[in-house]
Parts: sequence; structure tokens; C-alpha cells
Amino acid sequence: MMDWFVELWQAVPLGVQTVVIILLQIIAIVLPLMLCVAYLTYAERKVIGAMQIRMGPNRVGFFGHRLWGLGQPIADAVKLMFKEIVIPAGANRGLFLLAPVLSIGPALAAWAVVPFDAHLVLADIDAGLLYVLAVTSIGVYGVIIAGWASNSKYALLGAMRSGAQIVSYEIAMGFALVGVLMAGGSLNLGSIVRAQEGGVLHWFWIPLLPLFVIYFVSAVAETNRAPFDVAEGESEIVAGFHVEYSGMAFAVFFLAEYANMILVSGLTAIMFLGGWLSPLQGLLPESAFGVPVIGALLGDGIHWFIIKTAFFLFLFLWFRATFPRYRYDQIMRLGWKIFIPITIVWLLVVGVMILAGLPPWFDGA
Amino acid sequence: MTAFARFLKSLFLLELFKGLSVTGRYFFARKFTLQYPEEKTPLSPRFRGLHALRRYPNGEERCIACKLCEAICPALAITIEAEEREDGTRRTTRYDIDLTKCIFCGFCEESCPVDSIVETHIFEYHGEERGDLYMTKDRLLAVGDKYEAQIAAARKQDAPYR
Amino acid sequence: MGIEKIIFYVFAALSVYGALMVITVRNPVKAALYLVFTFFASAGVWILLEAEFLAIVLVLVYVGAVMVLFLFVVMMLDINLAQLRAGFVRYLPVGVAVAVAFAVMLIMLVGGDWFGGFAPPPPSPAEVSNTRELGRLLYTVYVYPFEIAAVILLVAIVAAIALTLRRRSGVKYQTPGQQIAVRRQDRIRMIDMPSEERK
Repeated sequence: MMDWFVELWQAVPLGVQTVVIILLQIIAIVLPLMLCVAYLTYAERKVIGAMQIRMGPNRVGFFGHRLWGLGQPIADAVKLMFKEIVIPAGANRGLFLLAPVLSIGPALAAWAVVPFDAHLVLADIDAGLLYVLAVTSIGVYGVIIAGWASNSKYALLGAMRSGAQIVSYEIAMGFALVGVLMAGGSLNLGSIVRAQEGGVLHWFWIPLLPLFVIYFVSAVAETNRAPFDVAEGESEIVAGFHVEYSGMAFAVFFLAEYANMILVSGLTAIMFLGGWLSPLQGLLPESAFGVPVIGALLGDGIHWFIIKTAFFLFLFLWFRATFPRYRYDQIMRLGWKIFIPITIVWLLVVGVMILAGLPPWFDGA
Repeated sequence: MTAFARFLKSLFLLELFKGLSVTGRYFFARKFTLQYPEEKTPLSPRFRGLHALRRYPNGEERCIACKLCEAICPALAITIEAEEREDGTRRTTRYDIDLTKCIFCGFCEESCPVDSIVETHIFEYHGEERGDLYMTKDRLLAVGDKYEAQIAAARKQDAPYR
Repeated sequence: MGIEKIIFYVFAALSVYGALMVITVRNPVKAALYLVFTFFASAGVWILLEAEFLAIVLVLVYVGAVMVLFLFVVMMLDINLAQLRAGFVRYLPVGVAVAVAFAVMLIMLVGGDWFGGFAPPPPSPAEVSNTRELGRLLYTVYVYPFEIAAVILLVAIVAAIALTLRRRSGVKYQTPGQQIAVRRQDRIRMIDMPSEERK
């Protein structure tokens, strides 16, 4: 049976083989990602519930068992799939349906260059960081087009707010990334992680602490999450740019928002917390990493990347449960008048640190 | 000095961390959620739920068709028609409560001189058709017959405070 | 070579199609979106040219920032199409002149010899990083032109802000810094006074 498959595979022309392999790799990334998104919504409701001394969803389970409501995201997905996609009268039909695609496309495409592990990366390109910046900057089109094509004043206002916010915070985010690429000496995300080798104290979060904080806060603003969610602003503009969307079209926006959250959390982990590197490196004796199972768990690996990403995702939820929404002018003030100056000043400091060869971060190169 | 301290306070986001610590503490706190169908909150004897018409122990209906409840009902949910019965007593021929209008204020219960119209502890009723929430005299009496023990107990418990 | 040519023609055709739609489509928002589409297609062509840095920067700067602001303006304005089309005949000669000038420039640049004016550059070895090379050249050989360009841009930014900045009197706005800085002592004064008998 196996031989038959091998023969069949070899009969396929080489070009088709490559395409099939790439497609399989993409599916191997996107499917777990979608599952993560689904359960992130569940985690959000549970975590925020717990912080408000509630329980969160706890009814929908599997096979007659409740299982703390673990079936909830599946039930939600099924519900959304069977709902009708209402296209408002006077809406621009083509653009209205294109907008969700434009918003989820970049959120997924950026994962191509994210290194999950020392070897686990779909496209190990040199300009990975630039690619991520470029691709995430496209995401704003989904928002703007959705707002305009809906032919609704609330949607348009929400899109304007959200678009202006995303474009503004992209600058602070970009400057923070410039600090990272100066420190890492590369635009390749894998090399940036490798530059942080050597335990928790060698990661970039210490020398780049202001950039780290600013990057993460900007990431929260970029994804339009609380406390920067004026784009949604339930009390003023209903739900912002996706107010006219229903059913699966709405769900796609939702997926994009959460996929973006996971993406920026993963990027923060890669650039400031050493990606897949183990924090115990240098703290434990070398022999500890040689122990059969425990050694592999303590050593570098994809599990550390997942743990770090999950930590930042938890921060996202924690912020949402804690902070009241910013006023719109204050958001703009924070982005332009505080974050950008601080990042520029700190870029200078990073330059000095690199020139001085400050150990333990910059003495290697 | 205070200006400098304030600057440091805002630069290092101290107040934000304080806020985070509050929600962080509650994250681990005991949860107060009531698992509704399995667990229920205790109801006061004065709880105002579904309406019922009561009877005397000998089976005679209490209502004397004085129409005080109809008069006081702020939502105009009660409709009463009265006639003389064969034995010469004044009785209702029609006693309807439209539950879709009712605001459950309890005035009907307060105004009743013979404790006939009462509100029970039932709050989990539903209607599958529009007419289901239009309580007629028969249905109100049926509710009263069914839950008489409960109704009487609640009245007795509340009596010292009236 | 086969697959690369196919990809090139696909991207080239897409960018030409996008560019044509930009100038023919009626709706200004759609025109802006077609321009975005054209940028994407040209970025694809540039990547085929092994200029991945330029391609990504094209997407990052033009698609991610410039066109977003364009779309903002176009969406906010209520553009009267009839008024726009009124001057078509009047401006036609100028437009044709510009088009001809552009065409002449392109033909001179690409070469009359059926695109064979010069030999293609030798393919660079795989390990050479496009981005690193660009950065090295910009900061060594071309450092003065680069810095001068940067200063000109800075002047333009400052000028744009200076031109639009105007002090308006009677504007009410809040300063969050001051609002946060308020202390209890500034707002209330506790006074001690004996209680009085009601008359």
C-alpha cells in the first residue's frame, strides 16, 4: 500500500510536487491557527469572566459532558455558518464581500515568515521583518473598504477611526522594530532569535525595554483591541466598520482580529523574548538538557514559543478586562506625541549600546 | 518634586499596573455565578410571579368582582365582566389578565379585599403562541388550585409584616 | 526560464490592467483601489527582478501608508463626477503632450533596439542579501545624496505642518496631563466650623 503511494507521488511532475508540498505546509500552519483562534475566543470569555468573578461559558460540551464549556467555539462557528449574509441595499456588493477577505488574508499571510522553531519556518526569507510590516499594513484595507462599501455612516466613521489609528500606530511600531533589527543585526526573524541566545537575561526585552512596551501597546492599538477599541465603540458607533456584516462575513472579520492578535503576540515573543529559546539556558548546567524527556522540555523548542505567545495573549485579555476605553484624541496623542519621541530617543540609546558592545547582549558582534 | 514624582508615576505606568493587579487578584477569586437550572436563588414570600385566583377551603372562588384590581392596574392588563349568579352572589363571568401587558407591580394583589388575585412564585412559564400569555379565569383558577399550598404558606409567612 | 516568464507576463498584464482601470473607472474610490492593485502587481515584478527589498518597501510605503491616506481623502470628499469631466476637452492637449513626453522618455530609456539596449546584469549569488547591499551602498557611496534627500523630506514635513498650523482663538480642549495632575487639595478646602442651631 505504502509503495503504491510512493510510486504515485514520484509519477507527479516536479513542479506540481513543489506546489502540493507548499500547499500542505500552508494548511499545516493555517489549520492549527484557526483552531487557536476559535479557542482564543473561548479563553477570552473565560478569562474576562473570571476577572469579573463570573464563570464564563460552561454549558456546551461534547457527547453529553459539559467539559467546562469547551464546545462553545464550535457551537458558535456552526451558528455563524448557518446565518444569512445580509448585503445592505446601496452597498457596493463586490467590495462589501471583498473586505473580509482583505482583512483575513494579511493576518494569515504574515505567518509565512514566522519561525516556530530553529527549523520550522515556511519561508526563511532575508527581509522577514520588512515582509511582516508590509503585510500587516495591508490589513487596514479590509477595514476601510468594509466601512465604505457598507454604505452606512456608523461603518464609515468606524473605518475612519480604525484606519487612522492603525496607520498612526504603525509608525511607532515600525520604529520599535528598527531597534530590534539594530540589536539583532538582521531582518530575518530566525537570526533575530538566534542573536538572543543564552537564557532569559540575554533576550532583547532588557536592553529594549521601552521599545518592548511600546511595541506591545502599539500592537494592542493596531489590532483595535481594548483599551484602544474606539473603532468598535459600542456606545457611539454600534460596532464600527463591521456593523453591517452578518453570518460568515462577520465571522471572517472576527477570525482576522484574533489571528492578528496571535500574530503580534508571536512576533513580540520572537523579537523581545527569544522566540523558541529556553529561558533556563545558562541558569541550569548543560547536563540538565541531556536528560531524556525533561531535558527536551527544558531545552529550546516550539513549546517555549507557544508558552510565550500564550502569555502575551493573556495580557491582551487582561488589558481588556482592566482598562476603560481611551478617548479618540488621547489615542492619537499617545501615538504621535509620546510613543514616537520615546522610540526615536531609545534608538539612539540602542546605537550607543551597540557601539559600546554592552554585554551580555551586544558583545558578540 | 511632586511634578517630577508625577512624571515618573505616569512614565512607569504605575497606576495601570495597580489596575492590572486588581483584576489579576479577582481572576483567582471564588466565583459567584449561580448555575441557574440546577441552583436557584431563594425567593422572598413577596415575590411577584405568575398570577393566580384563589378559592376558599370549601371550594368557593374568592373573587367577588369588586373590580378594584381592574381599576388600579397601571398597565390596563386586567379585564373583568361580572354578573349575578343563580344563588344571588356577585361573581365574575370573565377575568382576564394579559401577561404581555402586565408589569408585575403587585397592585392587584394589594388592592384585593378578599385575597383572591395573588402573584405566585412561578416565573419560569412560557407561551408558544400569542394567546398562551392571555390568562383567562379558568387558567388563573387552575394555577391557584395547583399551587394553593405554596400560596397560602407565603401569605402566612408575610402576614406579621402587614 | 519557462515558469519565470509566465509569472512575469501574468504580473505585467495585471499591472497594465490595473493601471488602465485606474484611469477609466468612474468611481474615485475604485480608482484608488485599482492603483493599490497596480502597486501589488509591480511589486510582484520587482520580486522577479530579485529586488525584494524594493518590492516590500513599495508595498509597505505606498500600499500601507500613502494609498490609505488617499483613500481617506477620496472617501471623505463628495466628488462631483460631472464637474470633473467638464474640462476634459480643454485639458486634452496638455494631457496628450504629457503622455507623448513620457512615451519618448521610456523609449529612450529602454532602448530602441527592441529592449536589447544593454546586457542583463549577471545574476547575483544566492547568499548576497539585497537589503544589506542596498544599505551598504546608501550609507557609503551615496551617503551625501541620501542625507540631503532625507533633509529635504524633513523640510517638507516641517513646512507642511507649519503651513497648516494656525492658532485659533476660543477653541475649547482638554489637556489630559493637567486633568490627571489635579490633586484633592486643589479642588476642596476643608473648613472647621461649629454646627449651628436651626432657627
